Amino acid sequence: MLHQIGLHSAEDLFASIPKELRLTRALDTPAALSEIELLAGFERMAANNAASQRASFLGAGAYSHYIPTIVDHIISRSEFFTAYTPYQPEISQGTLQVIFEFQTLVCQLTGMDVANASMYDGSTALAEAVLMAERVTKRSKVVACGAIHPEYLEVVNTYVQHAGIELQHVAFKPSSGQVPASIAHLDDKTAALVVQSPNFFGCIEDVAALAEQAHNAGALLIVAVTEAMSLGLLKSPGAAGADIVVAEGQSFGVPLSYGGPYVGLFATRDKYARQIPGRLVGEAYDKQGRRGFVLTLATREQHIRREKATSNICTNEGLIALAATVYMETMGRRGLRDVAIQCAQKASYTSRRIAEIEGFSLPFSAPTFNEFVVLGPGNAAELLSRLAAERDINGGLALSRYFPDRPNDFLVCVTEINSRAEIDALLDGLADIAHSSA
Amino acid sequence: MRSTDITKVTSHISHNEALIFERSQTGRIGYRLPPLDVDETAIDEIVPKKFQRDDDLEGLPEVSEVDVIRHFTRMSTWNYSIDLGMYPLGSCTMKYNSRLNEKVARIPGFANLHPLADEKEAQGALQIIYELQHHLAEITGLPGVSLQPAAGAHGEMTGVMIIRAYIDARDGEGASANRRTMLIPDSAHGTNPASAHLSGFSVKTIRSTAEGLTDLAHLREICSHGDVAGLMLTNPNTLGLFERNIQEICQIVHDAGGLVYMDGANMNALVGVARPGDMGVDVIHLNLHKTFSTPHGGGGPGCGPCCSTAELEPFLPVPRIVKSESDVSPGGGATFRVDFNYPQSIGRVKAFFGNYGMMLRALAYIQTHGNDGLREATEAAVLNSRYIAHELASDYEKPFDAPSMHEVVFTDKRQSRKGVHTLDIAKRLIDYGFHPMTIYFPLIVQGAMLIEPTESVGHQELDQFVAAMRAIAREAVDDPELVLNAPHSTRIGRLDEAAAARKPVLRWKPKQAASAG
Repeated sequence: MLHQIGLHSAEDLFASIPKELRLTRALDTPAALSEIELLAGFERMAANNAASQRASFLGAGAYSHYIPTIVDHIISRSEFFTAYTPYQPEISQGTLQVIFEFQTLVCQLTGMDVANASMYDGSTALAEAVLMAERVTKRSKVVACGAIHPEYLEVVNTYVQHAGIELQHVAFKPSSGQVPASIAHLDDKTAALVVQSPNFFGCIEDVAALAEQAHNAGALLIVAVTEAMSLGLLKSPGAAGADIVVAEGQSFGVPLSYGGPYVGLFATRDKYARQIPGRLVGEAYDKQGRRGFVLTLATREQHIRREKATSNICTNEGLIALAATVYMETMGRRGLRDVAIQCAQKASYTSRRIAEIEGFSLPFSAPTFNEFVVLGPGNAAELLSRLAAERDINGGLALSRYFPDRPNDFLVCVTEINSRAEIDALLDGLADIAHSSA
Repeated sequence: MRSTDITKVTSHISHNEALIFERSQTGRIGYRLPPLDVDETAIDEIVPKKFQRDDDLEGLPEVSEVDVIRHFTRMSTWNYSIDLGMYPLGSCTMKYNSRLNEKVARIPGFANLHPLADEKEAQGALQIIYELQHHLAEITGLPGVSLQPAAGAHGEMTGVMIIRAYIDARDGEGASANRRTMLIPDSAHGTNPASAHLSGFSVKTIRSTAEGLTDLAHLREICSHGDVAGLMLTNPNTLGLFERNIQEICQIVHDAGGLVYMDGANMNALVGVARPGDMGVDVIHLNLHKTFSTPHGGGGPGCGPCCSTAELEPFLPVPRIVKSESDVSPGGGATFRVDFNYPQSIGRVKAFFGNYGMMLRALAYIQTHGNDGLREATEAAVLNSRYIAHELASDYEKPFDAPSMHEVVFTDKRQSRKGVHTLDIAKRLIDYGFHPMTIYFPLIVQGAMLIEPTESVGHQELDQFVAAMRAIAREAVDDPELVLNAPHSTRIGRLDEAAAARKPVLRWKPKQAASAG
């Protein structure tokens, strides 16, 4: 081929790169490995992740749920995973119809009118929601509740730091773990009130009451959901009056995978559809009247609007949105509720039983879904690390990671995959370790 | 070669398949859960009634497992994919996605690892991040690496915010307020200006020369205004041409007090051959889902690492993944650590560590290829593009003379005389069994067709592609209607996108609700 195009050596291909810029040595990266060697290497490193191999009660934005076998089977079909953004609708109808179904399911679960084709994750979806609220209201203050996932708040901070948005925080009530009933920060400069429910501590917020307060100030209510499974049981944010709903969709058929890739859900009201960030798929017809689907309302997007676009997002989380779609459809109307109820029942059982152990209590009074904070008799990080070492259980998250003033608190998450035996082992472990160190 | 000789495709069965909501039947289920094994409480005692859904999830599908399998399998057959054949979408680098990398990402020790696990119990996972950072630093010649950004545009935003933070720190808040201009060539991806805007910059556009390269005179003139924070440059640029004046470009921007951000979308032309760090670039993002073969997944997930000079390293997102100086610490300290202590950092751009599953795949790609294999892939990618450039030159207009790198741009100038435009050529290409090239981008080339074959195409399929393109060029003359009405072989014709945008239907609704509202 080289000779056919009039070149003599591979080096000639790079003649347009100035000679002094061309590497004259091999890259200092490893030599090629065979499949056998490579897999052995990765297996060795995987074995160094002790935390992946035991019963776990860790949640806090990433959840262990049962994943039906067919989810991975379907997303492994090369027609899906080796395709790209459906720029050519005639040969991308599979991807496009999946996204249309995904948008519909997200609307149904969140109680909203319109959802996009996905965002990177829950945290970036929340940041985009804040930017959108500023665009919609032309106001520049955003009030965020203190019990939002701390990493989500950090991401919001990064995104808004140059956008002329002032971020104010409302402290949660130490008694209930919820946002206070009346929020003084809301005024006629407020673009949005941001709340997470269930919040970082697992507490369910009174979204309807917050919506009313936000709307009274002419602000939007943004609701973030980090545990999407809660939508199977809890009143949808849309039904409670939210204007923008964002969620982390990882609970819907996506493995933990050390934090990603996950999938951000983003939904809003019809009247804001043209302000939504990211891709949208809509129904379209060909000349014969056959129904199909296309990317639509593209004039919002960066490839057309450039710096005036509603977001810079291009690639989103297509394959993970597919996984979530397969999950939601497989579980369906009945399954999503059944799983949510099992989560709530098992978490309720666990929290009641932990509260019965001497030295342990539940510091927050608000109702919870599948996560709750426990106040232990001593340093929670030490307690959890002993529980891991001595009982082979990940007992939850020490809140001191994000809240240094709460050294004895930890966050426990229970889902449908935690068996009674695991839960009882957790209870025994907590009691024994607390007793032995007392 | 007559068009009938191109035998890449035949027709075969394609099933119709309704929306899942239209398939739903009350009472069907496709899952089974174990019975609840704890003492049950009335659900209203756990969650007060007013916080519970009262819609019984109406409208969500009720289907069986085989319904779901058939539903998605049928829909999947309507997609073109890399595994089916050449997917020459310019600027997207649609290369083969190794199944081995998929297997690696599914190893339970990674797939089941919680991101908030104690770092001492996630050493294997952190080691992978650290090693990938190390390799990407070597490949780009830029030592500071963050793998946190989730996609290319996210990496751009991160890179530009790093520039902003650096300049704010260097000049002080007051002085840096006068330096808020980001320069972007007219050939750039739309994500570039959108990302600059997110970082609080106003955008000025740099012209391209008739040769398709950055106009140095224009760059010098704008840089003389004293308000330039930086330049966002894609290299090779979106016309597939290497910016051979890259050193001078960087010098001009640096002399004006600005920094150079390189969009690494086109790194597939450079890996193992030349390094942005050696060219004077300050910060770059890579697309692991392009250059390093992590699957495109129908539009993501991606991974858009940022690589920077040592000078910019303090501004990278937190947390950083670092290696302890002492390999084994007797106190049980971890070798690989999650380090938050970078006070000048722009902050976090994503929860947890980024799209970790993509990092596993990219590291497996680097290890499978080896250093010589990485360079060979680059050579093959450029050779394939150059071959297409050569073979199609007599049938299609090539707007620039300079030799192409990994992708080549043609236009519809000759065909448009007969009323056949780029869109028509793209649609006709579908009938010949190929995914079309990128069309109407870059915006500065009228009727652009940007072709990127990648290294994952053999001589035979390249020849089939060339033959198809030549056949279309002939059809444009002999039978333009055939091209104008393409595609003829798909299950659906061209869709009315204008109507779809005028009255958008963005979700399914039950029949009665749809007609009511």
